[in-house]
Amino acid sequence: MLTTNSKLAGRPLSRRWLGAAAGLALGFTALPAGAQDTIKVGILHSLSGTMAISETTLKDVMLMLIEEQNKKGGLLGKKLEPVVVDPASNWPLFAEKARELISKHKVAVVFGNWTSVSRKSVLPVFKELNSILFYPVQYEGEESERNVFYTGAAPNQQAIPAVDYLMKEEKVQRWVLEGTDYVYPRTTNKILEAYLKSKGVKPEDISINYTPFGHADWQTRIAAIKKFGSEGKKTAVVSTINGDANVPFYKELGNQGVKAKDIPSVAFSVGEEELAGIDTKPLIGHLAAWNYFQSIDTPANKEFIAKWKAFTKNPKRVSNDPMEAHVIGFAMWVKAVQKVGTTDPDKVIDALPGIEAPNLTGGMSKMLPNHHITKPVFIGEVRDDGQFDVVWKTEGLVPGEAWSPYLEGSKDLVADWVTLKCGNYNTKTRKCGS
Amino acid sequence: MRALTRIVALIAAVVLIGASAARAQGYEAAVARFAADSFSETDAAISAVAASGDPRAAQVIEALQDARLAFSPGDRKVYIRAKSGELIDAATGRPAVGAPAGLKPVRLNNRLRRSVDAALGALTLLSSDPGRRLEAAQAVFKSRDAGALKTLDAAIGRESDSRIKRALTEARAAVVLHLAEAPLSERMDAVTVIRERGDQDARALLAALPEATPDRLKRAAADAVGAIDAQLAMWDSVQNAWYGLSLGSVLLLAAIGLAITFGVMGVINMAHGEMVMIGAYTTFVVQELIRAHDPALFEYSLVAAVPLAFLVAGLLGVLIERGIIRFLYGRPLETLLATWGLSLVLQQAVRTSFGPTNRDVGAPSWMSGAFELGGITITYNRLWIICFTLAVFLLLLGLLRFTRLGLEMRAVTQNRDMAAVMGIRTSRIDALTFGLGSGVAGIAGVALSQIDNVSPNLGQGYIIDSFMVVVFGGVGNLWGTLVGAFTLGIANKFLEPYAGAVLGKIAILVLIILFIQKRPRGLFALKGRAVEA
Repeated sequence: MLTTNSKLAGRPLSRRWLGAAAGLALGFTALPAGAQDTIKVGILHSLSGTMAISETTLKDVMLMLIEEQNKKGGLLGKKLEPVVVDPASNWPLFAEKARELISKHKVAVVFGNWTSVSRKSVLPVFKELNSILFYPVQYEGEESERNVFYTGAAPNQQAIPAVDYLMKEEKVQRWVLEGTDYVYPRTTNKILEAYLKSKGVKPEDISINYTPFGHADWQTRIAAIKKFGSEGKKTAVVSTINGDANVPFYKELGNQGVKAKDIPSVAFSVGEEELAGIDTKPLIGHLAAWNYFQSIDTPANKEFIAKWKAFTKNPKRVSNDPMEAHVIGFAMWVKAVQKVGTTDPDKVIDALPGIEAPNLTGGMSKMLPNHHITKPVFIGEVRDDGQFDVVWKTEGLVPGEAWSPYLEGSKDLVADWVTLKCGNYNTKTRKCGS
Repeated sequence: MRALTRIVALIAAVVLIGASAARAQGYEAAVARFAADSFSETDAAISAVAASGDPRAAQVIEALQDARLAFSPGDRKVYIRAKSGELIDAATGRPAVGAPAGLKPVRLNNRLRRSVDAALGALTLLSSDPGRRLEAAQAVFKSRDAGALKTLDAAIGRESDSRIKRALTEARAAVVLHLAEAPLSERMDAVTVIRERGDQDARALLAALPEATPDRLKRAAADAVGAIDAQLAMWDSVQNAWYGLSLGSVLLLAAIGLAITFGVMGVINMAHGEMVMIGAYTTFVVQELIRAHDPALFEYSLVAAVPLAFLVAGLLGVLIERGIIRFLYGRPLETLLATWGLSLVLQQAVRTSFGPTNRDVGAPSWMSGAFELGGITITYNRLWIICFTLAVFLLLLGLLRFTRLGLEMRAVTQNRDMAAVMGIRTSRIDALTFGLGSGVAGIAGVALSQIDNVSPNLGQGYIIDSFMVVVFGGVGNLWGTLVGAFTLGIANKFLEPYAGAVLGKIAILVLIILFIQKRPRGLFALKGRAVEA
């Protein structure tokens, strides 16, 4: 996997190509001369280093989606060819690899990135070389770029509904915002703090804490949370703890006997994949907010899970939210390319807003002019088998907001790439660029 | 005669059923509401079942708590899955014959779990099982269900176990304290009872008094909160010290192998963390094998994993020494780069063979949970890790001090040429020493698998801390490593509540840098010829 590049990935495809070409030849009397070449799709996910735990799965999903599209006859009469590179969880390397994909491999589109810092590092490359990036992970918002399409949740599609749920259903009055110390938790917590205060929560009822990446010793923090919860008001933990730090956090939570029915915690970065590494029995009832859960019972989801298990040849393989984001993003890109009949980035970028694609939970997601999509929001409770039981969901689909209305610097900004042609148009000064 | 008793029993049963017919009807109607598959209906059903006074109520709610209550979406009947696996019709209490397939469990959320606890608590206060009475008392303490007051009084009256009696009295106090209709004097007494309990739950209860409380009661509650706070603050420092010991033991465990390879041999081994990781993966493999072949042995999986992890990591260590490091002695920079590269190779090898995601290493029951000691919570896994670390440390110390291998190791470290002249095969000792250090790192992996992720990145998190401990404690001295690890652990845990985890870590780093300026050789500096060598 480490050495997967265009050559290796191309080999099995070219063999399949023979069969597909024969099939196509039946439909068309003559193949267009240009059909020999392929449309390249870049996949920019870490396959080694700390983020490999999350990102490797997304690479596999992309390979599956591309294989499937090729079985359906490819795109514009051409085969899709995946180009996999490994940025190795190294943020500057993401920029180099993105440049390699666009300039050297001439990919038509890139699906990739997980952490916000890696996304920020590739932004200038995509702008300079004018290509397209589909970003599949829930993030802190406060961004809208012409070359990027955000298929993960913005804060109003995950964090805010989760807090609403706790406030209404669990009658929570005191809040611990527990996060890993980097840009996503810090921005999300800033938005949540402003939101909670706007709902009348007193400052002394909010406690915000940050721990380093990979924090393994949670004893002090859990004890502090228990203490914070002994004020006589219902207390909840809102966790933006990222990656590896989650397992020791939940293990300590379970061992110190913090039960969800006393102090529930809702997480924004813990999905089925993360829970696969823990015994979830002590954690029953703790919550997670996502736009997709594997346990959601729809025909589309069942079909997807069956295909995914067959593709990975692993009946225990789980699916998660960012995977669904890639499914939606890929379908949208395919539709946009079919609509304009070319992979030319400028035309595809203009065509994408307004494109609709079915999500796996039974709805129709739509790409918005701000390059975010509409998604349903689900709150799930951890079950003893490592899956989630959906206990609440939004009425319809929630449109993603690039700029949070609760933050001082961003509440006047709007992103609209269709009419305003601007990612940060200030409605007060009527100027683009804040 | 036999027939007669049977008839009498039957008549009695019929009379009883007749008397409680209305009651049973209420019960049956309530149970049927579980089939609605909506959280609010389930909540209503719980309170209705509990209020029906039917003797089967506790059984149904208990089944709900254990996720053994199911319903058939077709005919909306509710079934209890008995612990034996038998299916019982919840409405009639008889075994269900020809129950439809496709039963769905009645789902719970956190709010309902609290309702279940409260209802079950009130229902089982008079249970004959003392364990359940204690649980019930604790549940009522949390739920403060005013309806349970009468039952509570009855239960307190007939309770003989002093521990349960206290729990019941506390539960009663909790109910009375928040009952606006109760006489003030009783509520004042309740404050005293809860103040004596003195833990965080008691504090929460007192602090949660509503605004419209009589002033006298409010003042008494505020006084009690103050007293509890003062008491808890005292325990705080004990707790920090305990957490420090626990963190120190983890640091020591991770660093002790390095104290041998780096401290004794002087090899900068950046792949040390990966040896820890391999130990953790050995634990995973052992557990998988046990799960597949003999699940009954699961409780002992960690015991079996310790020697295996030592062997696997130790052998790998010997291979690394023979294959790479022996060509690089005396060239620290090359060693550093080579072992760094090696650590990446090992990580990726594990990632390729085991997959990039975390692996689930289970905890045996004797390592799960916690117990209360005074005002602090002590988790079993931390306690065992401290004991285990000290055992490993003492064993290693004994090995170096009292065995022939240990003697030869020390001889080679102190003066390689002289040791060689005395007939010690120094290259063999080098390989064994490195193997020993790696093996101990593997053992550390077994313990760390209980508190951390088992992922290919496991080792990376510990390598910096391990070097810090060894350098701070003094290179080449196991005692230094011990003192260094516990000092850093305790200092870190006392700083963390004030400075936060991020700043605390930075502060510790700065302190170590300053310390090394003053004492470049660490806490326990080696003296003598070895230093000049």
